[in-house]
Amino acid sequence: MKDWTYDEMMTVAASRRLWDGCVCFVGIGLPSAACNLARLTHAPNIVLIYESGTIGTRPDVLPLSIGDGELAETAACVVPLPEVFSYWLQGGRVDVGFLGAAQIDRFANLNSTVIGPYDAPRTRLPGAGGAPEIAAHARQTFVVMRASPRSFVDQLDFRTSAGFLEGNGARARTSARGAGPQAVITDFGVLTPAPHTNELMLTALFHGATVEGARAAIGWPLATAADIEILPAPTADELSVLRALNARTAEAHRRPVELPA
Amino acid sequence: MRHLSLTQAIETFVQDGACVALEGFTHLIPFAAGHEIIRQGRRDLHLIRMTPDIIYDQMIGMGCARRLTFSWGGNPGVGSLHRLRDAVENSWPRPLEIDEHSHAGMAAAYCAGAARLPFGVLRGYIDTDLSKANSLVRSVRCPYTGEDLSTVRAINPDTTVLHAQRADRQGNVAIHGIVGAQKEAALSASALIVTVEEIVDELPPAMNAIVIPHWIVSAVVLSPGGAYPSYAHGCYARDNAFYQRWDAISRDRESFRTWMQRHVLACSDHREHLVSLRETV
Repeated sequence: MKDWTYDEMMTVAASRRLWDGCVCFVGIGLPSAACNLARLTHAPNIVLIYESGTIGTRPDVLPLSIGDGELAETAACVVPLPEVFSYWLQGGRVDVGFLGAAQIDRFANLNSTVIGPYDAPRTRLPGAGGAPEIAAHARQTFVVMRASPRSFVDQLDFRTSAGFLEGNGARARTSARGAGPQAVITDFGVLTPAPHTNELMLTALFHGATVEGARAAIGWPLATAADIEILPAPTADELSVLRALNARTAEAHRRPVELPA
Repeated sequence: MRHLSLTQAIETFVQDGACVALEGFTHLIPFAAGHEIIRQGRRDLHLIRMTPDIIYDQMIGMGCARRLTFSWGGNPGVGSLHRLRDAVENSWPRPLEIDEHSHAGMAAAYCAGAARLPFGVLRGYIDTDLSKANSLVRSVRCPYTGEDLSTVRAINPDTTVLHAQRADRQGNVAIHGIVGAQKEAALSASALIVTVEEIVDELPPAMNAIVIPHWIVSAVVLSPGGAYPSYAHGCYARDNAFYQRWDAISRDRESFRTWMQRHVLACSDHREHLVSLRETV
């Protein structure tokens, strides 16, 4: 019997890809959990930048919003927002950017804007935020998304952030400076871009997940690597640190705030 | 610079049809001012904010807005802004035109506005559909390198509203903590209202904090708790539990209207608004 969930394994798998000292541009939710798990386990000197301008932050609990006070209080420095995007992100100071989306295609282009036509959307999503420029300027990006045929689609409704465009080296011919998405971490395993075509390919499975399960969750005919790596289950240490972090966070977000007098 | 009540400040500086930015990136969001705009029944506003947040969800749902310029329109860490969605998807309570940006693009547009340049420039929107969806995103060829760069038209609001921790009696304003694009929003506008937690004889030494000098400020308004349920660093914390509760309150048109009636329209000012919330908790 496995004593961990696929959501926990996604966080652990993302965390393991980060190295000590790497500079991460962090989003809210699972990426924030993965980056802080790395900081509390194998990468104590990781540098976390949240787009609210907090650089080198070391939060004790995960923020609900990108600008919680906890992030500023534990940061090495806090800079104005235009500076985060111009000097730090566009300036090429970020090693790894994390992205999520409502839709992804086989070349890891992302949609977080609308489902349906832009001018008459069936579902209006929150929109771009920092994503288009994180996708362009971080040296590499990791995409973290739960898989379903509705989210891993043959055709995006809207391209909010560029991955490998139409593949076959198209991205390398644009002015985007970063190398683009190097891993898509999902709830059965990891997809990585094939060297020449740039098409996402199943290269790693979580312990207990199957190729058939992966194919069923993807809305295009999924290519698979010749040798699929089976990723080790979360260690006892990873699980206990992650669960303690999530418990502290849930408790903090529930805590009633004293209304200002 | 004038010391005004919030009622006077909104009457004086926010007219129907005006272009208005209530800035503050998660931190120091001017909720009290937004509620006063709703109470005064302003219409046809062009609202500008990087993250519309709950305050613009409320203003849009109450029919104040004709147009919205923004770069990320969700409830942070929670999900959708349901009133914004209802306006875009179903034109309720009225149609809403949108100018949609990325954060980097909108920040560049504020910087250009503050510098009184016609446009901002960035390596942005590269191979995205956003540049097709928003006609204010264009491009220019660099005269030095020949590279094509993205441009965004400058943002110059008629009035910017900020919330800050404190001002002195002369009207100098000090902001610390997460400072977002507040300085740029302030300097890009024709008029600037600042609501504050407290007014002091002398501002504390503010090395590296943002200070907006009194001669940039049109009006200072004393408004303790004026950023709640957002927060004022050093004064009170963000009410994350309220942000989570807003999801259910705002999902349905009727429950939204009932909440707004009870907690905003029926309250004469922000102090009464906070008292009304205390009674329901």
